[in-house]
Amino acid sequence: MKKISTDIIIIGAGPGGMAAALKAGEAGVKKILLVDRLPEPGGILQQCIHNGFGLHKFKKDLTGPEYADTYIKKIKNSNIEVLLQTMAIEITKDNKVILANGSDGLIEVSSKAIVLAMGCRERTRQQVSIPGTRPSGIFTAGVAQRFVNIEGFMPGKEVVVVGSGDIGMIMARRMTLEGARVHAVTELLPYPGGLTRNIVQCLNDFNIPLHLNHNVIKIYGKDRVTGVKIAKINNKGEPTDETFEISCDTLLFSVGLIPENELSRMVPLEINPITGGPFIDDTYQTKRPGVFICGNAAFVNDLADYVSCEGEIAGEAAANYVNGSLNTVTKVSVVAGENIRFVAPNFITRTDHVTLYARVTQQMRDVTVSSSGGIINIKKQIIKPSEMIEMELDSEKLKKIKELKELVIDVRPNK
Amino acid sequence: MYNVAIIGGGIVGNAIARELSRYELSVVLIEKEIEVSFGTSKANSGIIHSGIHDDPKTLKGKLCLQGNALWEELSKELKIPFNRVGEILVARSEDDLPVLKKMLDNAKAIGIPSEMVEGKRLHELEPNLSGKINTGVLAPTAGVIPPYEMTYALYENAMQNGVKYLLGSKVINIATDGKSFVITAGDKEIKADYVINTAGVYADEVAKFAGADNFRILPRKGEEYILDKRLDNINNHVIFPTPSPISKGVLIIKTIEGSTMIGPTADDIKDKEDTTTTEEGLKKILDFVRTMIPGIQKKDIIASFAGIRPVSNTNDFIIGGSKTAPCFINAAGIQSPGLTAAPAIALMVADLLKKSGIRLEKKRKFNKYDKPHRRFTLASNKDKELLIKLNKAYGNIVCRCETVTEAEVVAAIRNGAKTVDGIKFRTRAGMGRCQAGFCLHHVMKILSRELGIPEEKLTKRGGGSLIVKEKR
Amino acid sequence: MSDRINEKKFTCIMCPLGCEVTVKSNESGQITEVLGNQCVKGEKYARDEYSHPLRVLTSTVAIEGAQFARLPVRTSGLIPKDRIFDSMKEIRKIKAKAPIKLGAKLIENILGLNVDMVATRDL
Repeated sequence: MKKISTDIIIIGAGPGGMAAALKAGEAGVKKILLVDRLPEPGGILQQCIHNGFGLHKFKKDLTGPEYADTYIKKIKNSNIEVLLQTMAIEITKDNKVILANGSDGLIEVSSKAIVLAMGCRERTRQQVSIPGTRPSGIFTAGVAQRFVNIEGFMPGKEVVVVGSGDIGMIMARRMTLEGARVHAVTELLPYPGGLTRNIVQCLNDFNIPLHLNHNVIKIYGKDRVTGVKIAKINNKGEPTDETFEISCDTLLFSVGLIPENELSRMVPLEINPITGGPFIDDTYQTKRPGVFICGNAAFVNDLADYVSCEGEIAGEAAANYVNGSLNTVTKVSVVAGENIRFVAPNFITRTDHVTLYARVTQQMRDVTVSSSGGIINIKKQIIKPSEMIEMELDSEKLKKIKELKELVIDVRPNK
Repeated sequence: MYNVAIIGGGIVGNAIARELSRYELSVVLIEKEIEVSFGTSKANSGIIHSGIHDDPKTLKGKLCLQGNALWEELSKELKIPFNRVGEILVARSEDDLPVLKKMLDNAKAIGIPSEMVEGKRLHELEPNLSGKINTGVLAPTAGVIPPYEMTYALYENAMQNGVKYLLGSKVINIATDGKSFVITAGDKEIKADYVINTAGVYADEVAKFAGADNFRILPRKGEEYILDKRLDNINNHVIFPTPSPISKGVLIIKTIEGSTMIGPTADDIKDKEDTTTTEEGLKKILDFVRTMIPGIQKKDIIASFAGIRPVSNTNDFIIGGSKTAPCFINAAGIQSPGLTAAPAIALMVADLLKKSGIRLEKKRKFNKYDKPHRRFTLASNKDKELLIKLNKAYGNIVCRCETVTEAEVVAAIRNGAKTVDGIKFRTRAGMGRCQAGFCLHHVMKILSRELGIPEEKLTKRGGGSLIVKEKR
Repeated sequence: MSDRINEKKFTCIMCPLGCEVTVKSNESGQITEVLGNQCVKGEKYARDEYSHPLRVLTSTVAIEGAQFARLPVRTSGLIPKDRIFDSMKEIRKIKAKAPIKLGAKLIENILGLNVDMVATRDL
């Protein structure tokens, strides 16, 4: 087996991995290896041809490929070694990464630090247990996106979208623009799963009805989908007898994202059952020293912009780890309190600046985001599960946090 | 003109085809779907039963016992993993105890290795078993195999030994010209001296064409649900409840891959094509298995499917020459323990042919199974390296969840796979967590390239199951 | 004077509140009242959406000689919402040839709207 050694190996060349690689290079690391199983860098961004990227990071409204290009050009002009069409198939007990590709065969990489940036995958129809037949014509929204935007195929003509996640709504618009008829988007919950902007510009613009409190409860069709049965859902989350059917030939599922954690489990890293990704501290280091993780592989975030920010923190921390200056001795646990589904990262170690991300369990109006010790106190007119809450902690706040045993984050309605 | 025509390409049809390919016979297998193993065998749970469930006086019981003993050899020859994980039948209530005791006594009487396991020992064998369960019967000779890979291996080895396959050809008539049968299948006419009827749920209809029908097939649907393989070792054996007079019950199956599968249901249905999963079925299964292992949750399910058991009206296998048409041999009503019995059924059918006058002359050269590909993910790193050196396509990983390489996908296509499901069932590409999310377009490209068919003509499993609607 | 009032509702996207803003107008289409917004941004948004809604259009064009079958494109600026489908018709006529650089104009001044259709990646 070919054996190589490097300072930092980064697995995944999407917005997280590329940002991590560049930051580590800026921090002075000499040997950086960036690996991706696709034939080109950019990750999922290359199929996200819509705009809305870079608003936070670059104050520009970019499409996915344009956002990716910003990083790709910087990487081309750097010393970062890039291996494409190469897959990490194993991480050994002693932190060695085994790569596989057609020309090199297997490569064993010894690296001082590892940054995992594999991204996420989509929840499937089977994972949301919709009974019925198993015909062709059923896709997750991201797969349909790949077919339309890269392969150049129309997955179908008469579409029903299950789930009002952003990808589903984006694809509702995309398919309509390409001549399909999108009959409806169903959403199990009483509120949409994606951004309001997408409801307006993807659904309302094209008169595509959004049925909240509705779910597909049966799929019909022997060889190919022929239709679905949709039911109104009561406030216990159960289907009622108020049902209707839609004839269609295509179903797109947009029912959530799950971190890619095959490699994480191999390390093995303890997986947080709520996020689906490993436990991490505010340097994006996992519980295994020297192994860092960023982007949707750590926890599913909202925007590529945030993912790149995480990547930068992980890349810099990995660089510090390599030159022995990473200090994460003092840890304060961050805990999800009332109305919070999860908070990330899970531990605070830094003294300069930390961004905490939190996702709430339900839509609420007129609330305060608070924490132990009254350190965080943010009033919000509205919070939604589809929009991550960001909490910026400066050195002053972090000093106070260091005094605590744990930092519990809550969201409560204002009286 | 063939000596033997086999109608139906499931595990039984292919097992018979391979067995007959040892002899100087011209054999053709006719299958209505575009690929073999797309019928009942597509929904098999992969269990090799110990025989404890079946009455040895029945064909089911007899052939299950014979079959169980043949699996080691067969799995070696066909390079398929076979793991005698053992089965445990548990008592979920006081009423189950006498039934289990009787089964144990019967099993011991026919020589099936079995023993009572109780209390601490039982919970050592199955740590996640409910605390309310304290008695079980262990039958260590039960095992598991990958059923789809097995059917394809039988099929490939049969082809390597001269069996011809006519796929995508539904039998619509069987006539006789006095000497031999004339089978109309698709747009072809096949002449054969003997016909073996392994047509699964349609065996009664096929038999009717030949005037050999004195049985009926009563379709019984079974749903199964596959759990995420990260639920490491939720169970170590195939766990059965104490059976009822009608069914073996809902099981917790340790698959050959190590993951857990729960099911099946048993619903008598009218439509032979009804393979829908249902909400009631899922609820029934979850409620049932939770009485055995309480920790199993709906959110752990990554895939589900349903299949149709071809139950005969006698409730036993129907294997034998028809009285009205002696050269027409039925191997019908093959429900559980059909997989276990398959190699024994093949031997029995060969024997029946011999008894009815066919000369069975062993071929001088029977080609050992030449497996068209290695399963990359199961190879050692050293072997992985060698594979990539020999064939670069082993370094190109197509299915990331199951680590399936391009080489394996290409081999599947060169050995008969024409559809996305055909590749899925041969290589496991698309069977993992993301359910083909990432590999579908990849697999389609390779299929298109290898078969010279445009991607927009590719199907999930033949017929109208096109994947995409049009090329832009 | 006619007292027929027309009402059109818009969901504002300027902040997470997503206020439902109602624009009332008279028979000749002039805006008479804007209600439901909680800030001035919301009023401007609703007025703009009412009188001249604009959008960025992103899509793909066919490309020959490239690694992939489609090239992603976008409008270089905003176009009127009601010209989207006409623009899609124009986009479908394009058959690009690789290599293309990010920013390359595939359609100049699409439908006379003073906006170009540009490539959003190198391919």
